[in-house]
Amino acid sequence: MTSEVARHLRGEHQDSGKFHILLKELQLVMLFQTHMPTKTTCLSSQISDDEQNQKKENIRSLTMSGHVGFESLPDQLVNRSIQQGFCFNILCVGETGIGKSTLIDTLFNTNFEDHGSSHFYPHVRLEAQTYELHESNVRLKLTIVNTVGFGDQINKEESYQPIVDYIDAQFEAYLQEELKIKRALSNYHDSRIHVCLYFISPTGHSLKTLDLLAMKSLDSKVNIIPVIAKADAISKAELQKFKIKLMSELVSNGVQIYQFPTDDETIAKINASMNGHLPFAVVGSMDEVKVGNKMVKARQYPWGVVQVENENHCDFVKLREMLICTNMEDLREQTHTRHYELYRRCKLEEMGFTDVGPENKPLSLQETYEAKRHEFYGERQRKEEEMKQMFVQRVKEKEAILKEAERELQAKFEHLKRVHQEERMKLEEKRRLLEEEIIAFSKKKATSEIYQNQPYMASGSNLKKEKDRKNSNFM
Amino acid sequence: MFCFPAMGHRHCCALGPMDPMRRSPSPCPSRPSSPRTPPCEMLGYVGIEAVLDQLKIKAMKMGFEFNIMVVGQSGLGKSTMVNTLFKSKMWKSTVQGLGTPTPQTLKLQSVTHVIEEKGVKLKLTVTDTPGFGDQINNDKCWDPILGYISEQYERYLQEEILITRQRHIPDTRVHCCIYFVPPTGHCLRPLDIEFLQRLCRTVNVVPVIARADSLTIEERETFRRRIQHNLRTHCIEVYPQKCFDEDINDRILNSKIRDRIPFAVVGADREHLVNGRCVLGRKTKWGIIEVENLAHCEFPLLRDLLIRSHLQDLKDITHNVHYENYRVCRLNESHLLPRGPGWVNLAQTPAGPLATPQPSKVHQQAQEDSEDGDEY
Repeated sequence: MTSEVARHLRGEHQDSGKFHILLKELQLVMLFQTHMPTKTTCLSSQISDDEQNQKKENIRSLTMSGHVGFESLPDQLVNRSIQQGFCFNILCVGETGIGKSTLIDTLFNTNFEDHGSSHFYPHVRLEAQTYELHESNVRLKLTIVNTVGFGDQINKEESYQPIVDYIDAQFEAYLQEELKIKRALSNYHDSRIHVCLYFISPTGHSLKTLDLLAMKSLDSKVNIIPVIAKADAISKAELQKFKIKLMSELVSNGVQIYQFPTDDETIAKINASMNGHLPFAVVGSMDEVKVGNKMVKARQYPWGVVQVENENHCDFVKLREMLICTNMEDLREQTHTRHYELYRRCKLEEMGFTDVGPENKPLSLQETYEAKRHEFYGERQRKEEEMKQMFVQRVKEKEAILKEAERELQAKFEHLKRVHQEERMKLEEKRRLLEEEIIAFSKKKATSEIYQNQPYMASGSNLKKEKDRKNSNFM
Repeated sequence: MFCFPAMGHRHCCALGPMDPMRRSPSPCPSRPSSPRTPPCEMLGYVGIEAVLDQLKIKAMKMGFEFNIMVVGQSGLGKSTMVNTLFKSKMWKSTVQGLGTPTPQTLKLQSVTHVIEEKGVKLKLTVTDTPGFGDQINNDKCWDPILGYISEQYERYLQEEILITRQRHIPDTRVHCCIYFVPPTGHCLRPLDIEFLQRLCRTVNVVPVIARADSLTIEERETFRRRIQHNLRTHCIEVYPQKCFDEDINDRILNSKIRDRIPFAVVGADREHLVNGRCVLGRKTKWGIIEVENLAHCEFPLLRDLLIRSHLQDLKDITHNVHYENYRVCRLNESHLLPRGPGWVNLAQTPAGPLATPQPSKVHQQAQEDSEDGDEY
């Protein structure tokens, strides 16, 4: 059946996982077979990359008696790719001023936008720029991501974390798109980093600690190609020793850099020899200098001219050959099938999805998702209830406070009213007294007038005296 | 310009295809460059087009897959047609003997072969449907076929949503379904219409007029026009679908093909001598019908469409449209949501229920889980 093939294909699993996967395969296939009313006799087996399957009885090799015409299949594939366009993303990691932008310019033979960077950034930032390049009928969407401020800080502990985060963010974006229900993968602009050019400064001694740490944290996420920048600062003899030292350091620290693939006969030889030249010592320059009777890209020094494309002077041509002409497609494939799958697996496992359930029964993503969804729904309900309760509580409290305030106001009002009432009564009292006094006075006035109309003389002085007396009483 | 030191095959040209004086980029039919991606002029040959060769090498190493299904009543020459298409004995032509009883249910048979031509390996799977439309009551005879197609989609989906996926998911999805219309000369029968309506929504269908040697050239034309008219009336979109034409070139090319669909084909796997040449044909008392002669039948058009020019396109549409539709439907089912905006409508359904894929055990269990104590 297909189990053997499956086991062969998933060579990367440990033994404990194999049984589960085997079981799962069997169960899955049985699932389909028993449920369908029709029996598909002769299931087509799975093909693997090597030709072992052809020896199985299910698939027979057939010879044709004439020309059918499907040798145009690769051309059809290529035409479709041309229509869709290609996408390539390069990440350049290196200290400020080490020559990253210049090298990219030289690699792609264009003057991309370039601002010299300052050395005074407080954090490492990544800047991405996308360009469209055309060559004959190939459209390439090239994205260059530069690290700005790498290695400039006094404390470099946080230097490589932004890079790792950026790479993860691109994987995450792709994963999100892939998990969507309605997705548009064929139109998706793939921003995952396909290759990381790590620039090593030409000290001639060994790797810096920062370099080692950065490469170690990146090697499982991206294809790393280390290059020795500004290689015209090292002499040939030193260069050889430097390269050997670098490679041995990388190997002894377990850093997995990208190995050019050697499984295809057409490019195996050249790739294998290039693997021996890693890391490439490169020089970048867009300035042209006249050498002999040609203008070549070179750097001019008082003691000579370093030609960029001269293989004796530096490895630039090798880098371009390997990066663009021979292995671009392989880099993209590795990113998709190895690094992205690893990220996806880790991410999904982190979220709690597994392929095998607790009793070794096959568990599909859907079931787990449903279960989680159920869980989340319950959680959400609970939270809603909680919030409702809290809301009601708050409303009650507020109401109580308001009522309290109302009561206070009412009391104050009452109090004021009473005070007002008392005042009023007092005033009434005073008024009454005043009125009585006025009456008394008017009475007295009346009586004094009567006295005035009586005999004048005799009582004149008396009257006068009395008058005065009365007047003085009233004063 | 500069010359590379001799490095390999293609770098010997000194003047690259892009010289610095060219201002406008080469016309590319598809998406235009967004304002965020400025087109850049390269000052010389870089070698980006080498990626095409890399692509080819990888594709040839991995091999190609193609799955085809032939549907039609018995005796219409399906097996012979497949043998003729791929010039080999896929299986012996089935001849119902008198002793074998007619099958009560439709049994699909698949056979897989690997064929190679000039270094290109093709893994070909042909699915036959003996017994289709042979019973007296053919109601729902399309269910097993639709079920099989959905089962392949389901299989691919299950592989795709695994946590640990295979490097290359084996593709068993049906890329193309050839539907054989019997050469009545009148118009499409109700069985044909029912079946085509359902099928066109899930898979690429190429209808052909089978055994076309029983019709004269004029009869073929009339029959073809009538069938096209029928297809239009019932809103059946056969391959190449009009809505997937990407640009003007595609449209011109495809409308030429659409004009000739359904092809009137004749199948033969015997060779005869005609004018000193050995050709595939059918020998009759009144002459030899050459299969590969365009004046006799339209088999070359069918072969060119399926194999030489549109094979990759068939696979692409299956993957990008039909499979995605199935996936949207499937994932939406578990959310109990109505068919969302992700559904790509291939054809309006005037009548008839949509054939639902057989719910797998996993899906059923999920539904039960969600129905227990659900609050939505």
